[in-house]
Amino acid sequence: MARELLKGNIAMAEASIRAGVEAYFGYPITPQTELLEWMSLRMPELGRAFLQAESEVAAINMVYGAACTGKRVMSSSSSPGVSLMMEGLSYIAGTEVPVVLIDVVRGGPGLGNIAPSQGDYNQIVHGGGHGDYHAIVLAPASVQEAIDLTVLAFDLAEKYRAICIVLADGNVGQMMEPAELPPMLPLDRPVPDWAVQGAQGRERRILSSIYLKPEDEEVTNIRLLERWQTIEANEVRFKEYYLEDAEIAVIGFGSAGRVAYSAVRAARAEGIRVGLLRPITVSPFPSARIAELASQVRAFLVAEMNTGQMLADVQLAVSGRAPVEFYGRLGGVVPFPDEILTEIQRIAYRPMTMNGDPRRSWLKRLKSQME
Amino acid sequence: MVTTIPYQIVYSRPESFSEVSTHYCPGCTHGIAHRLIAEVLDEMGLREKTIGVAPVGCSVFAYNYFNCDFVEAAHGRAPAMATGIKRVLPDRTVFTYQGDGDLASIGMAEIMHAAARGENITVVFINNAIYGMTGGQMAPTSLPGQKTTSSPRGRDVETTGFPVRMAEILSKLDGVGYSVRRSLHDPKNIRLSKKAIRMAFEVQSRGLGFAIVELLSTCPTNWGMTPKEALHWVEDRMIPVFPLGDYKITSSVAGIRV
Repeated sequence: MARELLKGNIAMAEASIRAGVEAYFGYPITPQTELLEWMSLRMPELGRAFLQAESEVAAINMVYGAACTGKRVMSSSSSPGVSLMMEGLSYIAGTEVPVVLIDVVRGGPGLGNIAPSQGDYNQIVHGGGHGDYHAIVLAPASVQEAIDLTVLAFDLAEKYRAICIVLADGNVGQMMEPAELPPMLPLDRPVPDWAVQGAQGRERRILSSIYLKPEDEEVTNIRLLERWQTIEANEVRFKEYYLEDAEIAVIGFGSAGRVAYSAVRAARAEGIRVGLLRPITVSPFPSARIAELASQVRAFLVAEMNTGQMLADVQLAVSGRAPVEFYGRLGGVVPFPDEILTEIQRIAYRPMTMNGDPRRSWLKRLKSQME
Repeated sequence: MVTTIPYQIVYSRPESFSEVSTHYCPGCTHGIAHRLIAEVLDEMGLREKTIGVAPVGCSVFAYNYFNCDFVEAAHGRAPAMATGIKRVLPDRTVFTYQGDGDLASIGMAEIMHAAARGENITVVFINNAIYGMTGGQMAPTSLPGQKTTSSPRGRDVETTGFPVRMAEILSKLDGVGYSVRRSLHDPKNIRLSKKAIRMAFEVQSRGLGFAIVELLSTCPTNWGMTPKEALHWVEDRMIPVFPLGDYKITSSVAGIRV
């Protein structure tokens, strides 16, 4: 297949179709809407189900129902819409059916704005819906990666009967880049042995997230945890750049990671020994690799488009063995490579301390920069 | 001389009914509604191609009582879940079973839009004017003046509004093929209820749109009545507020004889 100029949202939509999605249910919300629009055109012409639901609440419950039949199903939304889906996601997690969700994150809280943000990291990575469960979360930084990770999302969701979320910030959804789509997969998957499609010639099946006896719910929670531990052992993915001899490690995901990559290259040109780790799975988080780097590098710099949500995960992995500095832009503002380069230079040329919350010193620097 | 008495089985457990006891209170009409559905599934030969969607409320365990595939929805979301199933398996029979809190309160958006889309599903709506499972709170269908644990002085329409008449409301939507209200308070009305349930499944099997049967039902426990008093309360108090009747039978449906 040839590379073509594709918008992120449309690329993720078409990638889902090529990956064999059989039903899409969604609701319009910027900056995700092109994904839904593409589905409204393509799914019916392929004889697959498309429905614009009355709300994100309904959309995710339609996805829930369709997922119970064992079909490949998905939804997509953006931050406020995903908040509305949290109820359904919890039920889906409790019922152990595979679902793919694409979240094109925008500025918040509340109505916020429609600019790119990573402010929903905690909501998506550390839960969201009620109860004890984890979702697999993939964070693309380019249109090509958005395509590849969307395809992967379906495989992972099915492999583990889990929720797999593509956490794309608004940039990834909105930007246009040359990218290559995968070939169209045939829809010849067998019906899973847990799916409800009518009890023809077999015992009836019930799919539910209810375990009224606490002992049964505990067993379910243990099963979910053990499955999660398998995912942690097998599915951690990340990309590394210039880390072999690095004294400073920058860590950033999605767009922030991509901007940091430009900064790291500029710093390398100046002779600063800095590298980048860009988590592809922000859940499960590449904690083991970061822990390993903690004994190699002099300091870490976490770059995010939020107030330091992944920062906490990095700090946990580093466990105080090296200073962890932070730089973030908020509310839909995307950092320039120069801003992160300045941070790298500061860490390279000035003494580091381990004292205090790195967010306090960052906020001081950010505010003086804004004046 | 030996005489053989001819016998005929006139009553047995429908195949679509599981061999378990229900958890319902004595005098509750959920069991009757369940049985009617099971009989209809048997008569239409639908058991093996049916997927039921259970609600949240007293009938949360409905999936235990039907011998067909079932899923359990979040509170009020059964019509959305049923939509998801029906859209990917259009040749299967999909029905929801929902109470008044589930359908007419928290799930109002989902039921209205499933109906407006003409979603080809069957909905059995149990209206007993109260929240049963949580212990007798006011429902959107509670009668004016009705005492519940969350309207202890009686439902005050000034502050809590008026009973919601779903069969009438849904009948106004073009996607609805069949919307009727029946009652389970005596044998005659139980027979009429069964006929309506049969019609609601016939509508689905012929692809004629959204079908709902609202069934006036009892909750002796939370109403604080004996089962017999509760049946009378349906007849004397509920029917005047929720008149029985056919609110919508589209012309294509009207020709169906069951």
